[in-house]
Amino acid sequence: MNMEISRRNFLKGAGAGVAATTLGAFGFSEAEAAFVEGLRAYKLAGTTETRNTCPYCSVACGVIIYSKGDLEQGTAQAMHLEGDVDHPTNRGTLCPKGAALLDFIKADTRLLNPKVRRPGSDQFEEISWDEAIEGIARHMKTDRDANFIERNMDGVSVNRWTTTGFLAASATTNETAFLTYKTVRSTGMVAFDNQARV
Amino acid sequence: MTNSWTDIRNTDLVVIMGGNAAEAHPCGFKWVTEAKANRGAKLIVIDPRYTRSASVADYYAPIRQGTDIAFLLGLIKYCIDNDKVQWDYVRGFTNAAYVLKEGFAYSDGLFTGYDAEKREYDRSTWDYEIGEDGYAVMDETLQNPRCVWNMLKDHIAIYTPEMVERICGTPKDKFLHIAEMISECSTPTKTMTSMYALGWTQHSKGSQNIRSMAMLQLILGNIGVRGGGMNALRGHSNIQGLTDIGLMSNLIPGYLNIPTEREVDYPTYISSRGFKPLRPNQVSYWQNYPKFFVSFMKAMWGSAATPENDFAYDYLPKLDLPAYDVLRAFEMMDQGQMFGYFCQGFNPLLSFPDRAKITRALSKLNYLVVMDPLETETSRFWENHGEFNDVDSASIQTEVYQLPTSCFAEDEGALVNSGRWLQWHWPAQNMPGQAKHDTWIMAQIFLKLKQLYQEEGGVFPDAMVNLHWPYADPGEPTADEIARELNGYAVETLRDPNDPTKVTVEAGQQVPGFAALRDDGSTAAGCWIYSGCYTQAGNNMARRDNSDPDATGAYLNWAFAWPANRRILYNRASADLDGKAWDPERKLIEWDGEKWAGYDVPDIPPTSNPRDVGPFIMNPEGQSRLFTRGMMRDGPFPVHYEPFEAPIANVIAPAIRGNPVARIFESDRESFGDAAEFPYAATSYRLTEHFHYWTKHVWVNAVLQPEFFVEISEELAAERGIEKGGWCRVWSKRGSVHAKAVVTKRIQPLICDGKPVHIVGIPLHWGFTGAAKNGNGPNSLTPFVGDANIETPEFKAFLVNIEPSSGPATA
Repeated sequence: MNMEISRRNFLKGAGAGVAATTLGAFGFSEAEAAFVEGLRAYKLAGTTETRNTCPYCSVACGVIIYSKGDLEQGTAQAMHLEGDVDHPTNRGTLCPKGAALLDFIKADTRLLNPKVRRPGSDQFEEISWDEAIEGIARHMKTDRDANFIERNMDGVSVNRWTTTGFLAASATTNETAFLTYKTVRSTGMVAFDNQARV
Repeated sequence: MTNSWTDIRNTDLVVIMGGNAAEAHPCGFKWVTEAKANRGAKLIVIDPRYTRSASVADYYAPIRQGTDIAFLLGLIKYCIDNDKVQWDYVRGFTNAAYVLKEGFAYSDGLFTGYDAEKREYDRSTWDYEIGEDGYAVMDETLQNPRCVWNMLKDHIAIYTPEMVERICGTPKDKFLHIAEMISECSTPTKTMTSMYALGWTQHSKGSQNIRSMAMLQLILGNIGVRGGGMNALRGHSNIQGLTDIGLMSNLIPGYLNIPTEREVDYPTYISSRGFKPLRPNQVSYWQNYPKFFVSFMKAMWGSAATPENDFAYDYLPKLDLPAYDVLRAFEMMDQGQMFGYFCQGFNPLLSFPDRAKITRALSKLNYLVVMDPLETETSRFWENHGEFNDVDSASIQTEVYQLPTSCFAEDEGALVNSGRWLQWHWPAQNMPGQAKHDTWIMAQIFLKLKQLYQEEGGVFPDAMVNLHWPYADPGEPTADEIARELNGYAVETLRDPNDPTKVTVEAGQQVPGFAALRDDGSTAAGCWIYSGCYTQAGNNMARRDNSDPDATGAYLNWAFAWPANRRILYNRASADLDGKAWDPERKLIEWDGEKWAGYDVPDIPPTSNPRDVGPFIMNPEGQSRLFTRGMMRDGPFPVHYEPFEAPIANVIAPAIRGNPVARIFESDRESFGDAAEFPYAATSYRLTEHFHYWTKHVWVNAVLQPEFFVEISEELAAERGIEKGGWCRVWSKRGSVHAKAVVTKRIQPLICDGKPVHIVGIPLHWGFTGAAKNGNGPNSLTPFVGDANIETPEFKAFLVNIEPSSGPATA
């Protein structure tokens, strides 16, 4: 019993990882050292904290995402998320949606590959990004060349494309929005809208 | 929001009407709790349902959906009749004293100039009398019967407490109790805040709902002050940003406009945007329009935009209609006039009205491109899911591309919150599978299209091949690069106009703010209102200093707020005519004899003499508008109109159905139901456990609210024989859905125009993808008509019928 208590106190002070390697030096038996090795390390030990913003409503609560791995090497994976206590609006709190964001990031229905559904088909098929981009650009050019209006009936230059439309999001960044704006406007598309409308 | 979430702590009275902040914006609603606990603030909730917000309110009153204008004009009438007006504010800061042009009039629900055939007004009489000096005529004594104040009093005379009860179903004593509470905020030291959301916007007169409250707030002196304002609780994390950047048919970033085809060249376009002041000494800040427009054109087309070609004016599309909004886009698809469509993080199959029409429209496209981190119903609109998507795949010839994108956790950039704060965030993990950033996808599509035009030629490639694309890796522009473009930079070295030997900004450097922008092509800025967000000093959106001197709630060094890091819009109006704070306890900015200074960035040129220059610098009047001239399609004053589908006729103008100038497509004319066939007033809303159609993909939230249901009163359940927790069928003229019935005391029948009105509440979170149970939703039932000014669909008020049923054929 005494040993149990002292070990608990010892672990509390030093952390489990350190404890396992130094137990011998304090005279613990092999059996007890093996037991301590079996304990897991703190989940958040060695993680990277990243400041982010909840993607749902416009309260825009600050969140901290904890991830393992390395972003540069393509191995970073989020493993915990919590409210940012330093954020002036939410002061660390999250609602039932924000508190479950990790399950959004890791949802089973996240899309993983570009796909196409051919006319009349009842299924998607996977395609490469090159095929997807080429197919889309070809559709756009065909439609634009056939239907673009350079001049109206009065001969005024109007340069508008009315037969393809673009519905932009509401949770993308300003930077995505402006790059989208530049691209869409340069084609002359006018059926351009976003979620603000609804 | 004119103010911010953190400013709500400063209020004395919160009115939640047209929203349900405790449910839909829980962490922002905490600031209401803060004001209640620390200042003794009160909360009033006015809603058809006894909502989560109502459950913590000091006072609750029911209202029939779609009748807010009658209620609000009733409040204005109460305040005027009982002399509960902040007179110095109204006389000094509004257009109450302006005299209206002869010829303008109102009767029987219509203003002068109505054309029933076109469903349109000739608005030429909706204006001020202009004097010989070229300025608007005023009568500061408010005696002239044609001054705005007296015309307003006449206009609202009909909205008595009895009339409010008759139209809205709000018992007169409850209305009067609320009117009394609100009217107390007419003193300079008591402030009310309005917190609203889609409960006000999603109506055929949504803009006028909001305008009515804005007028009340002006009469009470509550705009521009701490704890006051008009606070739109925006629904999505960057809906504010997407609006600011103008991703809409008729907009250029920063609330500039795409030209119409009547504006045949740049001089014509700019000539109607002079914004000449309507009173002496006024700022009329839109006089700078050419600087913002030319700087935008330089950001778009760089060296191809020159003074000689009017800065590439020809590259912009010219509109033949007010806008190609989403309702028009889907109407065009359905009519076989549109062949391709892109959905970037959007799920129109569930989000737009009259789902049967949306399905029909999508089925007529040649191609559909969906970019999203998650499965969406839209990307699978062609797939048969029994009752939940009953289509014949083989007959649908649309080619559909489904492209996987990053989600917030993998993305970098700024999102703009409701309070206009641009907050930067950083990526925490790598994208799953082959998912890509939206920026990469847009760049790849653009570069491929440009390549096709360069190799093959084609119609008018100029605006594409000359698009300014100054990115280190053209195939993958970075958030940092684009943020710098949005802020703006000097194209040529800028010199002080008063001392040309002095360089103010070197060529290639970031501009410090929009005051540096010019109309000669020497500056470029993607979105002028964002100027200052990323200066030579660095990315101000990434600032994280959360200090708040004297606890005002301003947080000036946290992130960046547009415009110019200003936290409360119109803040000069927080001080009296001489520049002293109306409420010494809630000082914001004050005039110190030489300049304006205080806790916020002044919303007025800092050396403007308070007696000379009005606080509403964006208006040519320098003052705010109780009468809005010809700026809104449906009237310079708000009028009560019923929803297009209403349980009773319009009691003030029985011949008028809906909003008389709301656009109706010929093909939808037969799709509106009437009360004889569909007797119950339905409305749609969301739940705190869910976010639109996203969180049904999230395991935790799918468990919390797994299944589609509708809410009805015990009386309606008894009338129709529907059991608590049993299945029912709800149908409108446009569709039918099965749902579990939640029978609740939170919804009570109302008496409107002497008749009982039952309300059916329909939450919106289910579909046929994700972790929750399959379900249909309100938009299988909602009507295809929008707000007269901006075409936001009328989701919040429509008619249905309801009966007990055995449930869906497949579950």
